[in-house]
Amino acid sequence: MPPPLFSNYSRPSDRYDEMLDAHGTVRPHWHTLLQHLKASSPAAMRQRVEVTDRSIAENGIAYNVYGDPDGLDRPWALDPIPLIIAADEWRQLSDAVAQRARLLNAVLADLYGDQHLLGEGLLPPSLVYGQHGFLWPCHNVKQPGGVFLHHYAVDLARSPDGHWWVIGDRTQAPSGAGYALENRLIISRVFPQLFRDLKVQRLASFFATLQQSYEHWAPVDRGEQALVVVLTPGPYNETYFEHAYLARYLGYPLVEGQDLTVRGETVYLKTLTGLRRVHAILRRQDDDFCDPLELRGDSTLGIPGLLHAVRAGRVMISNALGSGLPGSSAVMGFLPAIAKRLLNEELMLPSVATWWCGEAPALDYVLDNLDALVIKGTYPSQRLEPVFGRELQGEARDEMVRRIRARPHAYVAQELVRLSQAPVWSREHAHGLQPRNVGLRLYAVATPDGYKVMPGGLARAAGSANALVLSMQRGGAAKDAWVLADSAVDTFSLLKSATGKGTLVRAGNNLSSRVVENLFWLGRYAERFDGTTRLLRLAMAHYIDNGGESTPEFEALVALCLEMKILRPGREEDDDDDSDWVPVEKRLRAAVNDPATSNSVADAVGRLFWSASQVRERLSLDHWYSLNRLHRDIQGRSADQSELGEILMLLDRMLQVSSSLTGFTMDNMTRDTGWRMLLVGRRIERLTFLAGAISAFLRTLPGRNGRHLDWLLEFTDSIITYRSRYLRTPELLTVVDLIVLDESNPHSVMFQINALERYLMLLEKDLGEVPSDAFSAACEAFRSIDLDTFQHTPATACAEFAKQLKTLEFAGFDLSNRIGMRFFSHVGAVSHQTLAR
Amino acid sequence: MARYHVIHETRYDYGSSVSLSHQMLHLVPRTSQWQNCLDYRLDVTPAPVWRKLGTDAFGNPVEWFAFYEPHEALHIRSEMHIEVHPHRIDTLSDSIAWDALAGRLTYRSGGHPDIDDLAAKRYLFESPHVRIKHELADYADDCFTPGRPVLEATAALMEKIFTEFEFDPEATTDTTPVLEVLKNKRGVCQDFAHLMIACLRAKGLPARYMSGYLLTHPPAGQPRMVGADASHAWVAVYAPGSGDGWIEFDPTNNLLPDTQHITIAWGRDFSDVSPLRGVILGGGGHEPEVAVTVTPLDDATADTP
Repeated sequence: MPPPLFSNYSRPSDRYDEMLDAHGTVRPHWHTLLQHLKASSPAAMRQRVEVTDRSIAENGIAYNVYGDPDGLDRPWALDPIPLIIAADEWRQLSDAVAQRARLLNAVLADLYGDQHLLGEGLLPPSLVYGQHGFLWPCHNVKQPGGVFLHHYAVDLARSPDGHWWVIGDRTQAPSGAGYALENRLIISRVFPQLFRDLKVQRLASFFATLQQSYEHWAPVDRGEQALVVVLTPGPYNETYFEHAYLARYLGYPLVEGQDLTVRGETVYLKTLTGLRRVHAILRRQDDDFCDPLELRGDSTLGIPGLLHAVRAGRVMISNALGSGLPGSSAVMGFLPAIAKRLLNEELMLPSVATWWCGEAPALDYVLDNLDALVIKGTYPSQRLEPVFGRELQGEARDEMVRRIRARPHAYVAQELVRLSQAPVWSREHAHGLQPRNVGLRLYAVATPDGYKVMPGGLARAAGSANALVLSMQRGGAAKDAWVLADSAVDTFSLLKSATGKGTLVRAGNNLSSRVVENLFWLGRYAERFDGTTRLLRLAMAHYIDNGGESTPEFEALVALCLEMKILRPGREEDDDDDSDWVPVEKRLRAAVNDPATSNSVADAVGRLFWSASQVRERLSLDHWYSLNRLHRDIQGRSADQSELGEILMLLDRMLQVSSSLTGFTMDNMTRDTGWRMLLVGRRIERLTFLAGAISAFLRTLPGRNGRHLDWLLEFTDSIITYRSRYLRTPELLTVVDLIVLDESNPHSVMFQINALERYLMLLEKDLGEVPSDAFSAACEAFRSIDLDTFQHTPATACAEFAKQLKTLEFAGFDLSNRIGMRFFSHVGAVSHQTLAR
Repeated sequence: MARYHVIHETRYDYGSSVSLSHQMLHLVPRTSQWQNCLDYRLDVTPAPVWRKLGTDAFGNPVEWFAFYEPHEALHIRSEMHIEVHPHRIDTLSDSIAWDALAGRLTYRSGGHPDIDDLAAKRYLFESPHVRIKHELADYADDCFTPGRPVLEATAALMEKIFTEFEFDPEATTDTTPVLEVLKNKRGVCQDFAHLMIACLRAKGLPARYMSGYLLTHPPAGQPRMVGADASHAWVAVYAPGSGDGWIEFDPTNNLLPDTQHITIAWGRDFSDVSPLRGVILGGGGHEPEVAVTVTPLDDATADTP
């Protein structure tokens, strides 16, 4: 009887199985894992799957899918069962990958130099001159150390005879190493004992090697320390998670094109304290977008003039601009001869059989054997999805043949590799393994001692039993790849890397203006979210407590919400008189759930999440997790269906998360200029919110009884302080004193003013003049208010006080604008191309 | 031989402050076997903070400069004295057959390609403004009959474009695709050059985009007007064995350029040799005013047809 683990696992005779040999016996390097699985209870495995899924969700590991109707981020799918690679097999594989990286680097050096490969007929000119990826302005540009290809990734598949074949070379800006690292962190925690027992090779030293390579090649002037930045196209990119993750892991600032500027032949990072020279750019943006002056003129992501610095050898860009060239499948067929010419070596890792149709004999073969081949475009710019020849019938087939004949050099055909299969953990069946087609992506990095291959990689399993395409975009799953060590495991971790005194960096001098702007708004939105939620919770609680009946207190609350623009009016001003009056309950629901209602809680969370995602590398994982949970919590509901009680509970939860966010801000973030700017944002928002709300309250106060003061205290989160001080029902004078003037109440107006003035002073030390004169004057005027008038002429005093608060509110908005103009003015300004004939 | 005095002025009024500007110029004339620049002068206002001279990947002189201070206008004045020698060839019919040439340029593995053929292939494939589509090969089909000498066929294509297309400065912009020009049959010299290049490349023939100036003739009895000229674009096709291997054609005027065309630069298309290409931060409207004045230095030149 087969063990239950295998009841859904079969081994077909026509493909290689990673786990079972030809006789169905478990391969030796899989024994330990299988024993471990057999010994695990179903409950334990269920828990492992849950831990895996939860880690993915909580860490916000996502792969953005363009055009995904479910939203921008799709959670990364990760299978808990690792793909295991034996030590001796790995030695051969990693040598072969390193050789291939060395070869492709030599190809790039030749093509951007003397072009012997073209002169000797070893590579067709159309695969160079005809490629948009061949960047003419980079011809004859020298690279630091002669290295073009710093990062290389290769996609491998294993054929039925057990050999690995290359199905794709990634030389532009290979993605996935960061995902591989994250997969490893999760799976090693899912199977901690197994991970130790199996002596799995660690990944950390690979990333340390990468850092050392940057330090080695970055062109620094005497006395300078290399500043390396990670260049990302921004949060809309499909692998943005990885950009932020790598930046945080490597300790490099994450920048966008607009954060950098070129002066003369030097690249600078725009920081709050001025320009700081950048020595190396880890590029995660396609090269043709990098310099709108000489490359794609329509690029708004680029750094105008970057090529000046590149030509002068003043900046290292990895990978070099133009390095995408040998990533075309059409090049593969020419590599064996090129390896002999450039390296005088045999190519160790073969490519899957590839025919470039630009050669007449190849064209004939392809047209005769279409059913057995996959058709691809020669040039990435064709944006042609791979087409399986056997799926082409009738007219579609004729059309394809006609197109290939018309421009044969634009097409490549590849043999179909029958992929090997490996076990994945079944989610449909209670307890067992299922076979899935797998592929393996490996990574290499250039070092002064040659290419080093990451011992591990990103394995990918197809989404369904017979799927041929391994694509995260098409529902596949990632797997961790465990390479077994045959000697002691290198337990090096980046966290323990040796540091000398010279490498100690205390102050965050490398903060880009953009990051600081986003931190400022992160502060403002966090506070806006808190204030909005607090006020709505109060209104919602009153509404529920009174069974939907209107009371004077509820009406006052609604009036305040309207004044604060948290609630929409029942009828918009420009509506016709006979348009429907929107009932208050519907509006309350919208104010919570509807992201399209401006100033709703959902809207505030969306903005909060957005600004946080812009500075993701600055937030701890726990911090990010809280935000992520918040975002998912409010996104996942529809406004009209939830019970009111449920909505109230949601608001309660929101406020709990809000205070944990405050905790992270105060306790977990580095106290640098960026952090102070975040606090300035928070204080400005709280000040304007409080001043605006209290002012509105006081204006409408006369004629109301003391019960209103209860909710005013609750809304300003001051009720506990009040009770501990006064032990009696609230009175106007004492309440106003506590929430406006009491310097020791962190929710008072005065507290905000004092804190703001303190932070502004500190900022002034860091950054020079801060435009706060007008604000200081308003604060001075406010401090001179005399409370005595409340005892004699309360009505007049209220009106006067309301006016003063309103003035203060505007002073707060004005300060925000001035800070924006002084420090962030470049954000949003987009360069554009000019042409004259 | 003809000698000219050329002034090419470009003025940008940005309308509002530009805080950062990078510019790349293809204004310095290229020296060739038939062209020699006697003197050259470039005036730029405001004065650039940084500038550098160099040569681009196609061998053209290029000048870069940058401004890091706010400014609201940019004025560039390029002035030269230049002599152009006759180089037009007399007969088109003894050039190599176009299909033989296209066949010879097709890649064969292992063979060492002819060095000139290889250099010419830089101009054989798609480039940013020249997408190669089968419609273009179809359009040129009747000019390229089997075995026809390449220059004869190219001249026929030039005449076809000249006859069927209308010069219309309003019809296109710098980014109008070639296929749209083909459909609407309207455009300016740049469009006709791109279209002709696309047709030639679709037939497997290397073709260059030529950028420069053309001497224009004022109406009889009227004086030459300052600034009335414009920068011009035409085409050169690869014809090994004829002339220096590249023969020029001007589809806008249906003629073979000689001493009345002044060459500034050549490349795969306009994007390689735009006279003034820049990226600015800030600024409002930025349509430049361009004025070119080409003056022949001896009257004999002016009257040569």
